[in-house]
Amino acid sequence: MDEPTRPAADQPPEQQREPDWQARIGSLRRVKEGRIAGGVAAGISAKTGMSVTLIRVIFFLTAIITGFGLAIYVIAWLFLPATDENTNIASRAVGDLRGIALATVTASMMIVLLVFISILGIGLFSSLSWPLVLAAAGLVLIWRNASPAEQATMQGFTQPLLGAAESGGRSRFGLRLLIAGLLLIIGLAVLASEHDAVALLQPLAGLVLVIGAVAALCGPWWLRVMRDLVVERQARIRAEERADIAARVHDSVLQTLALIQRRADSPQQVIQLARAQERELRSWLFDGRAPGSMDGMAATFAAAIRRIQQDVEAQHGVAIEAVTVGDCGIDDDLGALLAAAREATVNAAKWSGAQVVSLFAEVEPDEVSVFVRDRGRGFDPAAVPADRKGLAESVRARMERRGGCATVRSVLGEGTEVSLTMPRTAGQREPSRAP
Amino acid sequence: MSPEDAPSAAAGRPRVFIVDDHGLFRAGVRSELGDHVEVVGEADDVLPAVEGIARCLPDVVLLDVHLPGGGGQLVVSELAPVLPQTRFLALSASDAPEDVIAVIRAGARGYVTKTISGSELVDAIRQVAAGDAVFSPRLAGFVLDAFATQPGGSEPAPSFDPELDQLTPREREVLRLIARGYTYKEIARDLFISAKTVESHVSSVLRKLQLSTRHQLTRWAAERRLA
Repeated sequence: MDEPTRPAADQPPEQQREPDWQARIGSLRRVKEGRIAGGVAAGISAKTGMSVTLIRVIFFLTAIITGFGLAIYVIAWLFLPATDENTNIASRAVGDLRGIALATVTASMMIVLLVFISILGIGLFSSLSWPLVLAAAGLVLIWRNASPAEQATMQGFTQPLLGAAESGGRSRFGLRLLIAGLLLIIGLAVLASEHDAVALLQPLAGLVLVIGAVAALCGPWWLRVMRDLVVERQARIRAEERADIAARVHDSVLQTLALIQRRADSPQQVIQLARAQERELRSWLFDGRAPGSMDGMAATFAAAIRRIQQDVEAQHGVAIEAVTVGDCGIDDDLGALLAAAREATVNAAKWSGAQVVSLFAEVEPDEVSVFVRDRGRGFDPAAVPADRKGLAESVRARMERRGGCATVRSVLGEGTEVSLTMPRTAGQREPSRAP
Repeated sequence: MSPEDAPSAAAGRPRVFIVDDHGLFRAGVRSELGDHVEVVGEADDVLPAVEGIARCLPDVVLLDVHLPGGGGQLVVSELAPVLPQTRFLALSASDAPEDVIAVIRAGARGYVTKTISGSELVDAIRQVAAGDAVFSPRLAGFVLDAFATQPGGSEPAPSFDPELDQLTPREREVLRLIARGYTYKEIARDLFISAKTVESHVSSVLRKLQLSTRHQLTRWAAERRLA
């Protein structure tokens, strides 16, 4: 999408053979860096050496005094290509029939509006009416045909407006009500300031009739264009979603499949890769977590358990069947419980010889418990080998320091189960069913 | 449920019908099941599955939760009332609890994950063929979660039938042990009860899951979907 920024000197040769004025205009570009709207002022400044601020002030003053500044700016935006583009927006807009229709709709609506205003005799807008129509139509074409980067910039401007129009939050509704009320009061005040009330009624009646006529004539057409636009917008959102999914699938699944093909001779590695990928894909599909975004601290207890599952599966190549019931936030006590659970799980994966380790965690109102179970070789608790004593001691000590308890049950040849229980402190007891 | 065909199914080779939209997966299951069962048919979508099952009258249908023409629960709800001797075992790679619960509520006798080993799958098929319920640790976790009494604060859900809307302490205990990775036999030994009693507890949980109108079940699933 983003072409590399091309310096002005690096023009295709046929453009340099064009007439002198066109070549000179041709090197006038809209500049991306430091732009506020289209980068026209910055472009002129880069070309002429004048101060950007001065040019902006001139544009601004001519815009609010006569309206021509705005029109000129929009026309320049349309016809000057950006620094990194070879075509201007206008040449792209020629092919955009729907955009032209929309620009016509906008212009005609504005003309109707301006005619009404002039009928009402508010002289304020009459001088800037035609540049305003031109600018609005031009902006519509720019909006639809600008490069994606520019569209993003414009979206930044309009986000608050669109947000107010689309999301039906109560505070937004209040805001709209306030604005509507203000406008109504101003309108009524303008009407009331005309002293002769009867004389006012005549143009008003005429106005209503004209509005009716225009609406009857152009209304269906306006509506159709708007509806087409909504349909097109939805299609674009769908296309973006598809592109997003494709990108994620490529980053995660396809990469892993490629790795699996390359390591087809090592079943252990293939299993590990497939398992890690499965986990990642699941967490994206069902928990709404982006692939690869699992690093850092897990926010909730259930997420932390899933984290243990992922890490141990990845490091030791043993399947961990993790089941969690309920969820809550993590405090220091539960942090200790999680550390103990991780140690027990790693231990089972490393020493038991079992291919599957069950990890069950349950959050209850008064306590949180974790069970780590394997059907591996087990051991005789009476004759604990030195390497396992470390586990039992450290896990138990860690749990007891925090007021929890740990028990290890093991039978030779049948497997081992470590049970960990931690009471919940008062502050933790609020049910927080985090996502 | 129907005693005359139970012995043949449990003791001999149960007749199995596989419904899954992935041909590769069907072939894999078929080869894993090997000679332990008789695979009488396959289908890759809801309509062919309904036709095929009605024709073959298998003992057990291995049913993928996700099918292109709608969920696996469509197959179950279509056939379960007319084919009481056919049992459905849901098989899924999905972790989404609401999908799993939907198939169970439609009438499936159990749920296992697709990562299950071949021998465990054969055992699960035998159990379902004999009329028992099969709970994987994951399903047990889902059920415990769904029937959890909301810890303080939130108002208790209005219960239309307390008998159906709550698990007994014993059922809870059994489910916890399943979630911890215990087999029925191990649970029986641990709780000093017979394996038959464990099975009856599990069947009773399954019945509650299917019949309960507990609105928390739906709310819970909805919450899970939003999460």
